[in-house]
Amino acid sequence: GWKRGSSFLPGIDVTDTKLSTSAFLLLHQARAERFFRSDHTNNWAVLVCTSRFWFNYRHVANTLSVYRSVKRLGIPDSHIVLMLADDMACNHRNPKPATVFSHKNMELNVYGDDVEVDYRGYEVTVENFLRVLTGRLPPSTPRSKRLLSDDHSNILIYLTGHGGNGFLKFQDSEEISNVELADAFEQMWQKRRYNELLFIIDTCQGASMYERFYSPNLMALASSQVGEDSLSHQPDLAIGVHLMDRYTFYLLEFLEDIHPASQANMNDLFKVCPKSQCVSTPGHRTDLFQRDPGSVLITDFFGSVRKVEITMETINLTPHTETALAYVDQLPVAQIIHQKPKQKDWHPPDGFILGLWTLILLVFFRTYGIKHLKHIF
Amino acid sequence: LSIRPVLSDPEKQRGRSAAVAIAALVIAAGIPLWWKTTETYRAWLPAARISELEALQLELRVEVEVVFARGTLSPEQQKKVPASRITYESCCKSKSLCLVEADHALHTLTETSCGSVVIYIIPEASALLPQDMRVYVGRSRTALLRSQVASVVGAGLPEVLAALDPQMEQVLQTMSFNHQDVTAALTDRLRPGLSTRDSLADSMRAFKSSPGYEITFSLLNPDPKHHQLHWDVEAALDAYIYPLLHKMAPVANFSVDSQILYYAVLGVNPRYDASASAYTLSADSLAHVINPVEARLGSNAASSNPVLNFLLYVPDSLHSPLIIRNDQKQEVASNAFHSPRWGGIMVYNVDGAYGNDTQFPVDIAIDMSRVMGVFLSQLRLMLGFQQTGAPPGFVLEAAGREGVAEWELDRLLWSRSVENVATASASITSLAQLLDQIANIVINDNIAQQVASAVTALQAAVAELEAGNLALALEHSREAISASERAFFDPSLLHLLYFPDDQKFAIYIPLFLPMCVPILLSLLKIFREVQQHRAEKRAKRD
Repeated sequence: GWKRGSSFLPGIDVTDTKLSTSAFLLLHQARAERFFRSDHTNNWAVLVCTSRFWFNYRHVANTLSVYRSVKRLGIPDSHIVLMLADDMACNHRNPKPATVFSHKNMELNVYGDDVEVDYRGYEVTVENFLRVLTGRLPPSTPRSKRLLSDDHSNILIYLTGHGGNGFLKFQDSEEISNVELADAFEQMWQKRRYNELLFIIDTCQGASMYERFYSPNLMALASSQVGEDSLSHQPDLAIGVHLMDRYTFYLLEFLEDIHPASQANMNDLFKVCPKSQCVSTPGHRTDLFQRDPGSVLITDFFGSVRKVEITMETINLTPHTETALAYVDQLPVAQIIHQKPKQKDWHPPDGFILGLWTLILLVFFRTYGIKHLKHIF
Repeated sequence: LSIRPVLSDPEKQRGRSAAVAIAALVIAAGIPLWWKTTETYRAWLPAARISELEALQLELRVEVEVVFARGTLSPEQQKKVPASRITYESCCKSKSLCLVEADHALHTLTETSCGSVVIYIIPEASALLPQDMRVYVGRSRTALLRSQVASVVGAGLPEVLAALDPQMEQVLQTMSFNHQDVTAALTDRLRPGLSTRDSLADSMRAFKSSPGYEITFSLLNPDPKHHQLHWDVEAALDAYIYPLLHKMAPVANFSVDSQILYYAVLGVNPRYDASASAYTLSADSLAHVINPVEARLGSNAASSNPVLNFLLYVPDSLHSPLIIRNDQKQEVASNAFHSPRWGGIMVYNVDGAYGNDTQFPVDIAIDMSRVMGVFLSQLRLMLGFQQTGAPPGFVLEAAGREGVAEWELDRLLWSRSVENVATASASITSLAQLLDQIANIVINDNIAQQVASAVTALQAAVAELEAGNLALALEHSREAISASERAFFDPSLLHLLYFPDDQKFAIYIPLFLPMCVPILLSLLKIFREVQQHRAEKRAKRD
């Protein structure tokens, strides 16, 4: 016999790999390099709006504008999990039904014609959100409600709503803490459910939500620091509510300039909405991310640029000669299925019932007197 | 002037015994009851065996049978080797046919089990192999190796085998596995930078091990007014694709379906090239073709298996013919491209089938053998059969109609078994760690059972790999991985029970403090009275 031995190391050491991977990626030669510029082969997006009630219109508009950008840049609906806690487009208080606007004077309808909401209304709970992230869904969950990512998927996670120092409020009744979120990401990492993950949060004190992350390959952006509030942008007087939050408004403007072949990178994204426009100070966290943010394209997370290889090898197949199929000589159907002649229901001859009633009436009038006959005629 | 109620001694005694009794009840019965009722049910997990898995060392064993042909060994060496009489003679007309026939005849002589290899050593001067080729690898698990061992004069059998070692090792690295394959199968568990570029590309291209795959063949007809396409996909699948999928039945389940999409366009506008008088798609624009089409493809909502899509695109009459150009602006022979972990697209031009003045729509029958040839090679790449890179001096017989040679399948089975074992053990150890860390997650009986069966299957798989039984090892590794996935992704393991300490205090203090304070104070009072009483007694004695 011939023996070969092999052993493997179950953990992954994050600290000392940074040097080797960045050296590994610095070689730039032919188109083959583009294959290795990033490690991902598919893109996913999980977009969550956590607040309900009409006055939180802006949170739904936030989520829908990110959804719209992500779809426009190429991620298909099958790879987007959209969770909206309330329905603004068909809300009774919406003066323009079936629309959700992001700019005042109704310039841009982010609801569009083909929104596919996967979790709607009361289905948006902390439990469902964590189940989607970790993959622990009941077996009856359909494909569109699952996050079927693998070890070469880049995932974009966008959360918006009302939050505080270390928590995010869901549906005005429960909350998710930053520790739970960090643990959920760690469980995703343990099962290699992502290659790289971009986490964007637009709430008050949003930076507190990414403080506790400890898994590798995470990059996070928040609209405000701890102790600051994220502010809304502009109200529309015809609709009567604030339409968007400032951070996402300027994020949407930035993304409208991005097209699938764009080379804009993450450093440009960090500059979106400075303090002069946003009033709060947006923050970001890149220490857990292995690549340099300047080399990460926006389309690595917001778009879906596929890696493509030309098929060089083909297999020569001889045309398949179809053997003539011989059918058995079959009897016609009528001979196989013998049907009993259909029994017609017996009806009394025509006029019989009329005659019967006439007889009954005549007997009646005979008995009780002919004077009642005038009531009939 | 405060009036204190004066209690007589027996009343005091009764009071004291009541307080002590209540305190005893609370401590003896209340605390254990509270602990038991707030405990979470945790079934027993085999923690010792799981911790063994962390330090798992895999040993892979390949059974090799070496057969010496006549003329390779000297007579004295021949005496030491157990001999069996096998004669093969034939007269063949052409060299290449000779090899295939020889391979086929040798294959029928010995029965090879999954994972084993038979190497036939033929004399140096043999005319069976072309002059510059040393090794021929056939379609089944046999290889012909041309070697000069009779020159090692007076050597015994061990020396002969040792002389053949490097060549045989090279053969085995091609036919079974080598270091790159094993590291590629374990890429998730290793530090990045250890695997080479080629193996990284291979691991990114092929799908990860999964219990099932869905394959969808789609015909895209953007121009039904002009082209009426007929493709006999069922017969083509029966003839070309199903043999490969049947061979891969031990690896995974496959479900195949097909569809025709009308008015489906590519998202990219092809450019007209006057020199080739055809429309061209450059390699750069191919990356943007897939996304607009994918939205219309659809998939089976009931399963969560990975989907492979194979699209056949027939360009509309305005944009025919459409050719794909690679980076060097050369035409691609197959006119097809594929995307890792997604599938492939082939462009099939039908402009040659009709002239300008035919009546539209034209009936066109698609040549399925050509199409399936391309799809079959793309399917092989997606499923994990690497592009054959034969070492110098090797001749590898192409798989041809069957889709895959048996040794190629063995190669895949080796890497899949290793991958399954690695993934399953990582899942189990990480699950055990998670359950350990979070003290109040409920562990149901079914999870404990899945974990136990996964651990058993893992140990069986490792034992079979050591013994060299590849088929059994793969079966056990599949069991292990499905049990571990079911245990890890069980819906009941959701940890929503993160209680920070201040919240725990906030819940328990209003409940227990009003009850415990009187008990404690009365116990303190009793204790102080007893001490006072003892002090008085001592003073009285003195």
